[in-house]
Amino acid sequence: MMHQNEMKLEFDSRSCNESFARVTVAAFMTQLDPTLEEVADVKTAVSEAVTNAIIHGYEGRVEKVTIFCRLEGQELYVEVRDYGKGIADVPRAMEPLYTTKEECDRAGMGFSFMEAFMDSLEVESAPERGTCVKMRKRISRETDGGSDDECRDGTNARCGEAIGNRQERL
Amino acid sequence: MNQVFTIAGTVMTIHLPAELDHHSAEQIRAEADRLIRTRNIRSLMFDFAGTSFMDSSGIGMIIGRYKMMRFMGGNVVAIRVGEAMRRILTLSGVYKVIDIYEDLPQQPGLY
Repeated sequence: MMHQNEMKLEFDSRSCNESFARVTVAAFMTQLDPTLEEVADVKTAVSEAVTNAIIHGYEGRVEKVTIFCRLEGQELYVEVRDYGKGIADVPRAMEPLYTTKEECDRAGMGFSFMEAFMDSLEVESAPERGTCVKMRKRISRETDGGSDDECRDGTNARCGEAIGNRQERL
Repeated sequence: MNQVFTIAGTVMTIHLPAELDHHSAEQIRAEADRLIRTRNIRSLMFDFAGTSFMDSSGIGMIIGRYKMMRFMGGNVVAIRVGEAMRRILTLSGVYKVIDIYEDLPQQPGLY
């Protein structure tokens, strides 16, 4: 049977909780032995989804955002949910650079970042009902000549190399 | 608390925090805009030396300040950008409008 583990998190839609949310998910996923880059990817994607919930879902009102996470085998599943305004046109909202709040310095890249940093992204939304963002990412367990193992021991120099190599492949 | 803004002549450097997200970007934005409006700032430098996390809110803040500076005829650069932050700046397309330096730029007249 595949190893499975779940967690649920609920917090106020205050911007100071954005870092709490992404760091919590990052801590939960360490059980899968991710690389530094994989952790950074997930932190960015979670940050995007939570920021969307706070800015667009609740538009500054303080209500609840929930995150549900499941680890199944080597896959991380993350759900970020709000019960706010919702999105009338999801495909439009997901277009790169599209934003409804340009005056607030929104880049319109939130969903693009989630797509870029995770393996899959699904958005369910209904006006006045809220939005649920579902993301998945497979965490590799390959070791590049042992360098990944070195990383876990905290030897950052080797880590930098590993990330550099991985980036060249992208 | 470390100094976030340093002004030398017409050059303002913004020393970005460890994590540049919506929360921290909002705080920087308000003060940066006030300084750009009230002081004679011709060049803006975003210093990434201490930054290890940035999301699209950080990108939005940088692009917003870039538009503001360009409107006033000034310029914007990003300095001391590490590998992880370079990845975000590249993915977002910011590198197309803002020069990115690994260290401090050697361009004369920038200081």
